[in-house]
Amino acid sequence: MLNICRSAARLSRTVESVRGMASITVREALNTAMDEELARDEKVILMGEEVGAYDGAYKISKGLHAKYGDERVQDTPITEYGFAGIAVGAAFAGMRPIVEFMTWNFAMQAIDHIVNSAGKTAYMAGGTIGVPIVFRGANGAAAGVAAQHSQCFAAWYSSVPGLKVVAPWDATDARGLLKAAVRDPNPVVILENEILYGESFEVDDAVLDKDFTLPIGKADVVVEGSDVTLVSFGKCVGYCVKAAEQLAADGISAEVINLRTIRPLDRDTILESVSKTHRLVTVEEGWPQSGVGSEILAAVVESDAFDQLDAPPERITGVDIPMPYAKSLEEMSLPQIADVVDAVHRVTARTL
Amino acid sequence: MFRLPALAPAVARAALRAVAAPGAAGARTAALSTGVPPAAGVGYPGAEEASFTTEFEFVDPETAFPMFQLMGPDGKFAVADDQRPAIAEDKELLLKMYKVMNTTQIMDTFMAKKQRQGAVSFIMTSYGEEATHVGSAAALTGDDVVYAQYRESGVLLWRGFSLDETMAQCFSTQADGGKGRQMPVHYGSKALNFQTISSPLATQIPQAAGAAYALKRSGKDAVAMTYFGDGAASEGDFHAALNFAATLECPALFFCRNNGYAISTPTKEQYRGDGIASRGPGYGIPTIRVDGNDVFAVYEAVARARTLAIEESRPVLIEAMSFRIGDHSSSDDSSRYRPDGERDKWAQVAPIPRLRSYIVERGWWSDDEDKELQDSLFADLMTAMRKALADKKPSLDEVFTDVYDELTPDLVAQEAELRVHLAKHGDKYDLGVFAPSTKA
Repeated sequence: MLNICRSAARLSRTVESVRGMASITVREALNTAMDEELARDEKVILMGEEVGAYDGAYKISKGLHAKYGDERVQDTPITEYGFAGIAVGAAFAGMRPIVEFMTWNFAMQAIDHIVNSAGKTAYMAGGTIGVPIVFRGANGAAAGVAAQHSQCFAAWYSSVPGLKVVAPWDATDARGLLKAAVRDPNPVVILENEILYGESFEVDDAVLDKDFTLPIGKADVVVEGSDVTLVSFGKCVGYCVKAAEQLAADGISAEVINLRTIRPLDRDTILESVSKTHRLVTVEEGWPQSGVGSEILAAVVESDAFDQLDAPPERITGVDIPMPYAKSLEEMSLPQIADVVDAVHRVTARTL
Repeated sequence: MFRLPALAPAVARAALRAVAAPGAAGARTAALSTGVPPAAGVGYPGAEEASFTTEFEFVDPETAFPMFQLMGPDGKFAVADDQRPAIAEDKELLLKMYKVMNTTQIMDTFMAKKQRQGAVSFIMTSYGEEATHVGSAAALTGDDVVYAQYRESGVLLWRGFSLDETMAQCFSTQADGGKGRQMPVHYGSKALNFQTISSPLATQIPQAAGAAYALKRSGKDAVAMTYFGDGAASEGDFHAALNFAATLECPALFFCRNNGYAISTPTKEQYRGDGIASRGPGYGIPTIRVDGNDVFAVYEAVARARTLAIEESRPVLIEAMSFRIGDHSSSDDSSRYRPDGERDKWAQVAPIPRLRSYIVERGWWSDDEDKELQDSLFADLMTAMRKALADKKPSLDEVFTDVYDELTPDLVAQEAELRVHLAKHGDKYDLGVFAPSTKA
């Protein structure tokens, strides 16, 4: 009973209005983060299609071209392959580019430069050259954009040594992780989400500080709980939080972990949580085979936390098909809050 | 930028005014009424400078870019004495060029033999293309950053890369700047402004455009020079890079070594246009085709291109024609796809004999000195190789470094696992080949 009260109190953090908090969208969070980093360091530049006078395909770079001009905010001709390579060259030469991909789906053609030119160069060059570059853009499913615009790339990029991979959920994540990424000397992949761009979140004053950063490689326990660990990233964190509310009403106390970083994965936080709750469900929109959930389950099974499990862990993932267009089919193809709730019921119903 | 045909200024101005207004047909009728050919300028944003025509003709060019040459294959200048390039009198420079070209060739021969003997796993040679290396390298400054493909070792040697350093890289010793992580001949040197060679073809081309962009922003008096072959120029990266360098106005020099082959694919199967040079104007880039076996022509082209690039902040495309006398790499046997006698024919007009004719004729070089050079280079290579073979491999401390600037928790854990493994099973490995660990 006491556990449920504590988690309910923790849940309400996202609902009640706390004094001294502002409410900003993820879009505003990303925009202000880039604005501050451009102001802070003249080596930082933003490149991509439509990022300049158009203010960005999703208006993430709104106002930046007007403020910083062509020199710092550069529209590129259409070739992700090309401008990823150009930005890497600029990074080799000492600049700190932020490369915006309209969507990570289009960036698939740039994967050679992201992996081979950015990810591996420091290692291959014996550490004599660094690649302080940020690649960011919308990842995963939006709404009704079908197969070639809906793929989640978290699993692919998270397997590459040399890259860091982050996935912000709320406005705090968006500001903190983008600013940390720009300041990081390693190449960083930021997997955003188009649906989240317009969503508002409460942020306190500390988050709005121009030097606010979040540590890359550290997960966040969004909701404390004791009966099951829900691990997720990006948009699905929001589903897990809502699922936790519903589960609380059922008398199940769910702990929600927001990975924030996919690589390097914060295994300690996950294992600590699973050791406490004894049950695990991972949630992601990407495909099941070799997905992020696979890595999390493997990490648990390979550790002492395995002995702490009271039930087999479960993964909730996108359905193993290219994304269909029809809204009804799309809904069936992606995790919904009900799927999370059902999975938790399954793992908590089992006993040894 | 707006180039008009040679019209009288008043007519030109009138035509301009008419074109600026919607309804460029007005300009045409106005021009026709004066009996003067229509002014350029159809007015569409995508091709403002195009002129109208009622004659339908597919543009299907049959003429090729001319090839700029100063010294012919016989070692004699193709221009009058008073038109010779200034460097024709620079004995010191020419002897350095000759020596570096020979170093490249003899190093190639030496390493090829060592590869066949099993001492090194893989090598690539540059036979026949030595002038593309030194002719271009000599026209650059140390501040110019080089993004090479893999057949430009002479550029690095020109800049001062030592035989010891090449051997350290090829044999992956602890003296290798790359810490033994790269395949042989994938050289790099931060000190010499030579970006580490990357295997995927043509990736260096947009990287060079980006580096040139950074150079322009920094205001430095320098260019980014990138080399690539006739085959690599088919890659998407080539097109993106040229388009970008032109639109972003970057001081990048794009140097294509067109040596006739991409592994076994001859140029007539690689493209249908007029070589690589014909692509430059398509991107709005000033372009020159040169005889890549003529060190004077190569030097002239790169020197002028560099000036243009810096003064006008524009890219330049240089296509240097040559012939790949050797195999693509040690994994290739070109006799399988090239007719007998082809290589020998080209060896006779190769850059080294061509320059040798000239410096001997000038009395700056002799056959005796040539023999002495070959012998001493061979001896130096033997010494350098023996040193590398006797040297230790990079320490195991370096297995996990440089993936990131600092080891991540996973890497720390993996390194700890390695040490535990070696503590238990170390006797099953030859750990003595590694430089000792400097960690406690």
